[in-house]
Amino acid sequence: MTFTFLILAVIILGSALAAALRPNLIHCALLLVVSWLGVAGFYLWAGAEFVAFAQVLVYVGALSMVVLFAVLLTRQSRAELRVDAPETRRAVWAVIAGVAVSGVIGTAVFATKWDSAPVTAPEITVRGIGLELMGAHAAALLLLGVLLTAALLGAVVLAAPDRPEKEEKS
Amino acid sequence: MSPLQGCLLLSAALFSVGLVIALARSNAILVLLGIELMLNAANLNFIAFWRFHGGTAPATGVIFVLFAIAVAAAEAAVGLALVIALYRHQKNLRLQEATRLRG
Repeated sequence: MTFTFLILAVIILGSALAAALRPNLIHCALLLVVSWLGVAGFYLWAGAEFVAFAQVLVYVGALSMVVLFAVLLTRQSRAELRVDAPETRRAVWAVIAGVAVSGVIGTAVFATKWDSAPVTAPEITVRGIGLELMGAHAAALLLLGVLLTAALLGAVVLAAPDRPEKEEKS
Repeated sequence: MSPLQGCLLLSAALFSVGLVIALARSNAILVLLGIELMLNAANLNFIAFWRFHGGTAPATGVIFVLFAIAVAAAEAAVGLALVIALYRHQKNLRLQEATRLRG
């Protein structure tokens, strides 16, 4: 439980909470990017450097751009960036659900008896990760490639405009 | 409080914030972002257990998170394409009004 961890937790939770409250869509998206950066910092703190850089590349780099494109493509005027405040009844029930879930998980965390023996950090290098991916997990890696290709093709098909009706040929 | 417990509590809190965003906001993009936050919380748990709980193979947790990130990226791409298709059909992103399939 170090000082760094506390700062990271404040950054992650603070920006996520702020995103839950802001009315402006762009502000929400950018605050969530800050939250993802905080998660990448947590991975660095925990010693998983490769995952941290993957998080920065995928979330902070690519996904934030896709989200901002979606925000900009689906609005017509500046006023539309303001999202209506959530209805009170739904917001109250959402907060109740969130508090209940975190309460259940928190109780479970404190009630479980963890191995108290200090654990040495696992030794892992990028070379080791590459060997694992190409050895034991090669089939999963190939399947992931197929999944990503299919997802991208599906996204293009979904987002492409319907073809305009052909004029009747006389 | 051990480091593992701290990490698990942080992840639980992040998951709850994502859940609240997904349930309370009515904009489709924000709901998708809330779901992404929940996925991030799950990944955080993987790394916490990998680092602080000990295990058999040294790379298991990392590889699990890498695959989860890739699947999350695919999910986000398809989700945002759906958002754009929704916008084309009803000219706004309010989920309450997306009731065409109601019987």
